[in-house]
Amino acid sequence: MIDFHVDARSGMAPYLQIVRQVRQALLLGLLTEGDKLPTVKEVVAKVAINPNTVSKAYRELEHLGLAAGKPGVGTFITQSLGHASLTEHGPLQQELRAWMDKARAAGLTEPGIEAMFQNTLRESAEEEK
Amino acid sequence: MNAILQAHALSKRYGQRQALVDCTLELPPGHVVGLVGPNGAGKTTLLKIACGMLAPTTGRIEVLGEQPNGAAVQLARVGYVAQGTPTYASLSVADHLKFGAKMNPAWDAKLAQARIEQLGLNPKQKAGKLSGGQRAQLALTVAVAKRPELLILDEPVASLDPLARRDFLRHLMESVAEHDTSVILSSHLVSDLERVCDYLVVLVSSHVRLAGETDDLLAQHHRIVCTRRQESDLPVGLKVISAEHTDRQSTFVVRSESELPAGDWSAERLELEDLVLTYLEWPVDHGAGSAGTPMQPTGEAQ
Repeated sequence: MIDFHVDARSGMAPYLQIVRQVRQALLLGLLTEGDKLPTVKEVVAKVAINPNTVSKAYRELEHLGLAAGKPGVGTFITQSLGHASLTEHGPLQQELRAWMDKARAAGLTEPGIEAMFQNTLRESAEEEK
Repeated sequence: MNAILQAHALSKRYGQRQALVDCTLELPPGHVVGLVGPNGAGKTTLLKIACGMLAPTTGRIEVLGEQPNGAAVQLARVGYVAQGTPTYASLSVADHLKFGAKMNPAWDAKLAQARIEQLGLNPKQKAGKLSGGQRAQLALTVAVAKRPELLILDEPVASLDPLARRDFLRHLMESVAEHDTSVILSSHLVSDLERVCDYLVVLVSSHVRLAGETDDLLAQHHRIVCTRRQESDLPVGLKVISAEHTDRQSTFVVRSESELPAGDWSAERLELEDLVLTYLEWPVDHGAGSAGTPMQPTGEAQ
């Protein structure tokens, strides 16, 4: 079982923060196929957020094919993300880090870097198809 | 689904003072609605009208499909916790529950008992001896054990310390998740509400300035920064909420129902608090019909 946290100052919608935390937990191997996510009631009783936020996040996870709800039982992870955890990709991360340093040195700001990263990611995903 | 609260041109006057002006609202069910505004904006007046403790001067209001009239049947469907989370100082915790059971036909004694145990309150303790946080939790317990369809809370956490605040909101959300209760709670601090509310109503100087689902509101508003220009030079479809200019730069907070068009500006989302503060600081309906008016030197050149 994992815990969620929500940062009101992050600028990201709270439900997306939960989706991202599940994705990250999947990437880090903290969650694997068959794991049960905490119930809506358990999450809100701990984090003091709106129950609809959690439901919305879980619906989004179902939509993404990462989780499935079993009525009356709970929401379960249906898929493991990636074959290797992120930590095994240290060299790749270092390359990305080096690229970011270069981008900053070239005068790109953080939103610019993020936009370029997202664009390129999208382009490469489209070419893959 | 039927609105939990429907107000049409609702106004309330106390002598010369307008406490609420032309308030038109439709709150959908199944939400935790945050009612925000500065002190004196009319929050308490609106909430008191909603639970039948005050009659409006003009206009119509329906709560859960009925006009609030203070009748027992309706009181049972609406749980109300007044400002300062009132309890009876000389009555014990157990007395409060007994009183609640007597007054409310649908009283959930098991729920009330379980909550008191969960909170670690001593049933024999007099309410006057409880801490502020415990008193607030007791008032919430009594309101929740009525098993209302709608829970109305007026500034429930204003007087609590941060820990008691978080505790109170955790219990409130747990109970919302368990019983599907709709909630309206007011606060003059957005930070109290932003985690728990998924619907927001901003009340400024007795007027409703903004109402909508929080996620929609966040998606629709942007702060754009560009070279100095007039509002009329912005693309149509952008409603200008605030405009500030320096000698070379203009900063606008804009609302767009559809996706923000690309332009020669930098655009960023606003946090909920910034969003609300913008509406509080720019109380006049800005933008509508203002296209073509000369640029006002609203911001000091820096």
